[in-house]
Amino acid sequence: MLNQLTISELTKKLAQREVSARETMQSCLDQIAKVDGKIHAFISHDAADALQQADAADKELTAGVKKPLLGVPIAIKDVIAVKDQPLNCGSKILGKFISPYNATVIEKLKDAGAIIFGRLNMDEFAMGSSTENSAFGVTRNPWDTTRIPGGSSGGSAAAVSADECIASLGTDTGGSIRQPAALCGCVGMKPTYGRVSRYGLVAFASSLDQVGPFTKDVRDSALMLSAISGHDVKDSTSIPHPVPNYAAALNGNVKGLKLGLAKEYMVGGLDPQVSAALQAAVKQYEKLGAEIVEISLPHTEYAVATYYIVATAEASANLARFDGIRYCDRVPGNDPIELYSKTRGHGFGPEVKRRIILGTYVLSSGYYDAYYLRAQKVRTLIRRDFLNAFEKVDAILTPTSPTAAFKIGEKTGDPLQMYLSDIFTISCNLAGICGISFQGGFTENPKLPIGLQLLGKPFGEETMLKLAHAYEQSTAWHKEKPTI
Amino acid sequence: MEYEAIIGLETHVQLKTKSKIWCGCANEFGAPPNTNVCPVCLGMPGVLPVANEEALRLTILTGLLLNSTIPRYAKFDRKNYFYPDMPKNYQVTQFDKPSTVGGFVEFEFNGGTSRINLTRAHLEEDVGKNFHFDRNSGVDFNRAGVPLLEIISEPEITSSDMAYEYLNALKDILIYGGVSDCDMEKGMVRCDVNVSIRPKGQKELGKKIEIKNMNSFSGVRNALNYEIPRQIEVLTKGGQHHQETRRWDDVGGITETMRSKEMAHDYRYFPEPDLMPFEPTDAWLAEIKTRVVELPLAKKQRFIKDYQLPPADAQAFVWDVPLGSYFESVAKKSKNPKAVANWVINNLRAKLAENGGSLADLKFKPEHLVELIELVDGKKISSAAAQQVFAEMFTSGEAPALIVEKKGLAQVSDTGAIEKFCDEVIAANPKPSADFKAGNAGALNFLKGQVMKLSKGKANPGVVGEILEKKLKS
Repeated sequence: MLNQLTISELTKKLAQREVSARETMQSCLDQIAKVDGKIHAFISHDAADALQQADAADKELTAGVKKPLLGVPIAIKDVIAVKDQPLNCGSKILGKFISPYNATVIEKLKDAGAIIFGRLNMDEFAMGSSTENSAFGVTRNPWDTTRIPGGSSGGSAAAVSADECIASLGTDTGGSIRQPAALCGCVGMKPTYGRVSRYGLVAFASSLDQVGPFTKDVRDSALMLSAISGHDVKDSTSIPHPVPNYAAALNGNVKGLKLGLAKEYMVGGLDPQVSAALQAAVKQYEKLGAEIVEISLPHTEYAVATYYIVATAEASANLARFDGIRYCDRVPGNDPIELYSKTRGHGFGPEVKRRIILGTYVLSSGYYDAYYLRAQKVRTLIRRDFLNAFEKVDAILTPTSPTAAFKIGEKTGDPLQMYLSDIFTISCNLAGICGISFQGGFTENPKLPIGLQLLGKPFGEETMLKLAHAYEQSTAWHKEKPTI
Repeated sequence: MEYEAIIGLETHVQLKTKSKIWCGCANEFGAPPNTNVCPVCLGMPGVLPVANEEALRLTILTGLLLNSTIPRYAKFDRKNYFYPDMPKNYQVTQFDKPSTVGGFVEFEFNGGTSRINLTRAHLEEDVGKNFHFDRNSGVDFNRAGVPLLEIISEPEITSSDMAYEYLNALKDILIYGGVSDCDMEKGMVRCDVNVSIRPKGQKELGKKIEIKNMNSFSGVRNALNYEIPRQIEVLTKGGQHHQETRRWDDVGGITETMRSKEMAHDYRYFPEPDLMPFEPTDAWLAEIKTRVVELPLAKKQRFIKDYQLPPADAQAFVWDVPLGSYFESVAKKSKNPKAVANWVINNLRAKLAENGGSLADLKFKPEHLVELIELVDGKKISSAAAQQVFAEMFTSGEAPALIVEKKGLAQVSDTGAIEKFCDEVIAANPKPSADFKAGNAGALNFLKGQVMKLSKGKANPGVVGEILEKKLKS
């Protein structure tokens, strides 16, 4: 089954012409035809275009062209612009919008030879932790289709986990890559802020958003990161830091590396099975020669509140452009204000409206100092917590999510409960550091994936990947497949 | 009770850059609607701004020209409001950390020099333009993203005329510095006017009333000429003002309420997360300092003082920068800069206009003009002959002394020769000679003219006068 291969396995076979890109693409399309009715990871996909790209890749492969991702089918979250493809952000407000341009990450993946296909489901405008807030229907967890896949990049996680593609791109504003990766049992990474260009990523919260990969193992994550990283003249917040060959760092040698355990993360509400998986990982890391150090991140308790002020404030402005004037599904009105209200009232879902209202409120005259300004100050303190901790340790180990995947509909009535499921992932975005979620075992009855998270220093992806890879290779969790 | 007006102006000026502020689209007026647009300036989903460095340079240059402080830290902010001409429904501008702070504009007013202090100047993006048709409306986004500098004055202007002169002086400075073409017809300068009145002598300001979106300086003056008496009348009749925004109706010649304070926008400013703070380095600033030019008023005053020019001549050189520079290059070499100014303005400029040439292609050297003036001042040639020499020098580029010699234009001061001419003229003109003797002093000028004619303009007119008088009086 070619669709089950990792990037490193597949590229080897493709280069040796053991298999063709077309066969690989076709096996992904077959898998979509077979399982996506149950999973609904994809909003849409253009099979003809994908096969055409596969044929072009085969031509290059035959000609001996060497590109790191030549012929690898990669599916894309519906918030990243791909030229001539629909761009809906999981929302109905954009209507029949077709992107007139490519995001920089798409250009980079194309340069690396990848086949770019499909629009992956997501929470509307990346706002949510379950992919239940999509205008295109719920995505289901491949391990248990009565459960959510996590979010907001639920489609990206489910598609990789269900082998509907070889890898995918998602975006992470407060955990939207790492949490669904954990819940679907794959690897998801949020790079350091500024590592990957945001040009062409439809902004939710500009100072927190990063694009990152979903893959079947850690090595693939490293390969994807090398392909999409780097300074972009079109993104003033991307940083001109050299791009290493991340896969070269994966030598399994973690002897002497220091792993931090934050005492503030030993919280109530942590599922005992998740806690047990973390303890097992600690033992495993010690066995591998890493040193475990207790650290403190004293401002952790303010992270969720800070996040929901900063993120919603930025979102309230970022989403203002969806007004029915130049694009979007316009609902006419007698004057511009009525047109805006009707268009936006009709086009946005309840969670998006909730966050726009919250963000508008925290920026309002008279409230700005108490909310937005205060949140920015706390954000600085949270970043400082991490920088202090990284003086003592090379990375921080945490669970990715307090629980395994919950049932569809279980938390939709209680947004605050939903927000709290992001406590381990949110600080990483506020601090602008990198994080990765990888397979840490399974719960029993039902069998659901448990994710572990490593948080790394700013631009410390190499060490973080090396640690994740060493653990992964010393266990067999990542080899298990869901039965759909 | 006597009232006084207090006026502050917010002037929006489009910067003269090749491309827009966040993207590579042309900053160009008059293109067909929505042709100078791209995903970035249309605010398509997912796009990001990248600051145009020349727009930042021109902003700093403006600050230097306006005597402002240039903070070492500036940033951009989002100003949130919905309007169809706004691609993103927020405008990227500078809120609390602008690129220039303080400064002043000086200008001639009421026979003296006035100074109006500035609060700040900040850089922002222009918006699109709405068009209304019979059945629908449209937006042209060609203008969206053109770099716009907003220059805010302190509330120190006290009359409509002063506001008018301030605006003209500001415009001159910006054109002079190469910051903006300030073409009003093309909407490159737009103005918001803040005006309040208070009883004379009162320190506290009255309620501020804003008049939005004026697109001509005379419109500003007219609006103030309407608005100030209107506000005074309200107070004299025992009424009160409330903070509000008004609109100027150019046709009706009145202002009318647009929105009251209760309906004022809450712009919800916050730092633009897509752009890094702007922290200019020493080297970068030093490069901009080389682009600073002398301001029009300073230049005028300097020309008056250093070269003893009449104000009109000095002003002529301020308006025509190349002509002024040429004048200065010659004046520095001459003992008689005032004469240089005369030659440059009255002769050279006319010749150039006539022949369509440019200063760069002049055939004669600056030294030649200096020499010509010295010939006149040293009474070597008459001013009539000098005109001939100049004409020849302009065409051939030959040195004046050479032309004088070749054409035999040297002035004759030899009394013997002149006496001979005088005798001839007196003999040939008995009537005027008699008139002079009879006390008609004016007759002497006629006789003088005849002598000059006879000498082909070469006789020294002073000597001619003396000799004629001596002969006729004896």
